[in-house]
Amino acid sequence: MSIWTYANPAKFMATTARAVPILSLLAGACLLGGLAWGFFFTPDDYRQGATVKIIYLHVPSALMAINAWLMMLVASLIWLVRRHHVSALAAKAAAPVGVTMTLIALVTGAVWGSPMWGTYWAWDPRLTSFLILFLFYIGYMALWSAIEDPDTAADLTSVLCLVGSVFAILSRYAVNFWNQGLHQGASLSLDKEENVADVFYYPLLVCIAGFVLLFVALVLARTRTEIRARRLHALQLRERMA
Amino acid sequence: MPDLGKYAAEVGAAYAVSAVLLLGIVALTLWQGARVKRALRAAEGRKDA
Repeated sequence: MSIWTYANPAKFMATTARAVPILSLLAGACLLGGLAWGFFFTPDDYRQGATVKIIYLHVPSALMAINAWLMMLVASLIWLVRRHHVSALAAKAAAPVGVTMTLIALVTGAVWGSPMWGTYWAWDPRLTSFLILFLFYIGYMALWSAIEDPDTAADLTSVLCLVGSVFAILSRYAVNFWNQGLHQGASLSLDKEENVADVFYYPLLVCIAGFVLLFVALVLARTRTEIRARRLHALQLRERMA
Repeated sequence: MPDLGKYAAEVGAAYAVSAVLLLGIVALTLWQGARVKRALRAAEGRKDA
């Protein structure tokens, strides 16, 4: 079966009606399990002390902040090329979840930075590109709200999403590009020497799985709402014309 | 409860803010979903009547 079958709203609604509760349960289990494991059953770091426990929130939320935008980029490109309404609505549905993840990453990063760097904020390449990504999320949502015609809104927000992708990618690779600033490199690496210690790594993986599942469940649930809202809008227009 | 030592405020704040934001987006999603579903059902009822 082709993936484009799900561009049909009826097929999408039928499939996601079964998927959302399962994904939500899995997300809750992974989040609660991972956070409890990390918070209660892992030791303090020899340099960072108990602040290392912030890693279970900061890394997964930062990862999802970037990947949410990349998911919106793919959905926007599908809209621009193939004009499938479900993909435009999925991009719209992902933005509030993405902005929440970005805000969590910014706040937990600032709270973690204060004792470790001696400051809540620095105009470091990664921090700055993350702040700009946050502003792009706000602008993206504002643009959707500002335009009445949904197809025009989908077109313009898709173009904004393309532009914002530069900052999503910069947020990920800023440390490598400029090799300066306070922020460290990636916490997760295939290189064993660069990766975090195993005692932190496994609960972190569970937390990342929890954040990914939560993101997917929320985006699917919100896309279902957007599809219903579109149908509601069409019925209301018909009522007004009658 | 683990002993967070001198970093208890920072760790506590990070978890509290994250919990509020995550529960907030979940609650908003559920509330918006229920509101639109109710309105659509009413509109479809009017159409069928």
